[in-house]
Amino acid sequence: MSNFLLLPIIIPFFFGMLLMFAPKNIRYQRIGAMTGLTIALVTAIALLFKVKNEGIQVVTFGDWPAPFGITLVSDTVSALLVLTSVILAFFTVWYSISAIGKERESFFYYPGILFMLTGVNGAFTTGDIFNLFVFFEVLLMSSYLLIVLGGEKAQLRESIKYILVNVISSAIFVITVAFLYSVVGTLNMADIAVKIAAIGQPGIITVIAVLFLIVFGLKAAIFPLYFWLPSSYAAPPIPVLALFGALLTKVGVYAITRTYTLFFVHDTGFTHELLMILSVLTILAGCIGALAYFDVKKIIIYNIIIAVGVILFGVSQMNDNALMGSMFYLIHDMLIKAALFFLVGIIIAVTGTSDLRKMGGLMKTHPALGWFYLIAAFGLAGIPPLSGFVGKLLIVRGGFEAGNLGASIWILLSSLVVLLSVIRIFIYAFWGKEQGSLQQIDKGQYRMMFIPTAILVMLTVFYGVGSEWITPFMQDAANILNNPSVYTDAVLKE
Amino acid sequence: MEVIMAFVIGFLFMAAVYLMLSKSLLRIIIGTGLLSHGAHLLILTMGGLGGSAPPVLADGVTDMADAIPQALILTAIVISFGVTAFFLVLAYRAYQELGTDDMNLMRGTDEDDE
Repeated sequence: MSNFLLLPIIIPFFFGMLLMFAPKNIRYQRIGAMTGLTIALVTAIALLFKVKNEGIQVVTFGDWPAPFGITLVSDTVSALLVLTSVILAFFTVWYSISAIGKERESFFYYPGILFMLTGVNGAFTTGDIFNLFVFFEVLLMSSYLLIVLGGEKAQLRESIKYILVNVISSAIFVITVAFLYSVVGTLNMADIAVKIAAIGQPGIITVIAVLFLIVFGLKAAIFPLYFWLPSSYAAPPIPVLALFGALLTKVGVYAITRTYTLFFVHDTGFTHELLMILSVLTILAGCIGALAYFDVKKIIIYNIIIAVGVILFGVSQMNDNALMGSMFYLIHDMLIKAALFFLVGIIIAVTGTSDLRKMGGLMKTHPALGWFYLIAAFGLAGIPPLSGFVGKLLIVRGGFEAGNLGASIWILLSSLVVLLSVIRIFIYAFWGKEQGSLQQIDKGQYRMMFIPTAILVMLTVFYGVGSEWITPFMQDAANILNNPSVYTDAVLKE
Repeated sequence: MEVIMAFVIGFLFMAAVYLMLSKSLLRIIIGTGLLSHGAHLLILTMGGLGGSAPPVLADGVTDMADAIPQALILTAIVISFGVTAFFLVLAYRAYQELGTDDMNLMRGTDEDDE
């Protein structure tokens, strides 16, 4: 059945619609969202193995031949990302049940998450540049709802800025697609790649490449364009923040990866050099922010920016090792960021504050939380048996192979800063004397928040320890990214 | 014809950027409206302004306008319409809650709320 790759997109959409019929029935909302995501999870796993066994899956709607209809393409890169997003949405909904509060649950919170997942999965799977824009808008519209839902003052204030930035970047996206259309005369991504290869990337295509970098860089928060992210992400409640931090910036990262490995590969001396410089600066900006704050949310938010820089550095190197490292690190980072936000959310719920200086002594009262936090923190920094290690190792190796010694060493040094920033949370919150009164959240609620978090942390540990099983998928993904012809042949042969 | 359109679109972008850099929230939203008008006109222009007939099948017509940019614009229009409606309601709510439409007064960190 060749329509199988549509299921991870359609199922969340369908369940999102079903949930809209009875917003006030919270039981129905919770069960419906969990059921939908479980089914989506099964199909996403099945899709990944199907892609692994049978090669790239392609569907062109309405039986039109490939460049004329809208094509959806599921290769290993997108199947891995789709699976990771569904896993994260699943854990976020599970965590939300006790963390988000009944008022939000009865005002289309779960449909918002499901529609956002529809947009994210669609953006990962599409093979049409304008369809990518439409899926971007689907996920952005849902994110507007989620960021402002609740209507607190900080949320209203920050969502205005968030929406403004995204409206502008969407307009630039439309403009860029218009320019690209006027040069190559097609919208199908594989066809664009072939046409650009045929004209050998003249100057105008390089300009379009930089415009795409601006558009997707605004979504992904790379160096000069990350200004909106720290304050916007601090506004919504923790489960929404976890979903945004894990998924939304990564869609931008994926879009940069796709366009820079499929379209703009003929003038890498300029475009990829630019991407490398920006990614190094992104890491620098993130490191400064991660060390500057005493607010637990802000520290992890700046760590998102660091990770975006690391992944894009790998993409800019354009060799097998670095691209494979980027894929490894991308999936790792999505999982670990969600886990860290969940853990930080529990810390905030227990202590009643997000200010590190007002915390202390949690190790005595919540030892399990402390140990899981420590594992997640080491995983983020890339201590060998844990999940962040393999990705960064391969990225640095790829950097050395491409001859960028200084930048690669800077990646390694940034790991120290990452470790320092998250260990500061551990030292302040878990060691020392108990400070102030602990917030009394009841045992049941604490357990409901802790169980999904603990499972997610264990999943990241498994991801690190079992990297040998995951390597074939990553090799496949790197092969597709490094050889655009694999992708274009799969799409255009039919 | 395309050159004239390019100038008009450039002027729209200039006005949009100017409005979006102002203090009042409503002027910013008007700026986003002009920005999307500019973007939509740009798609139309970049598709080429050739063709003497609308892209509808009819007897004896061979020189039709390019249909794809029109479909893209139609999609982009409804999307920007939805986003603008949401943005306007958000501005209204923010005015009710925060009591200001001056973007300079909407700064602040979480510490200010407590």
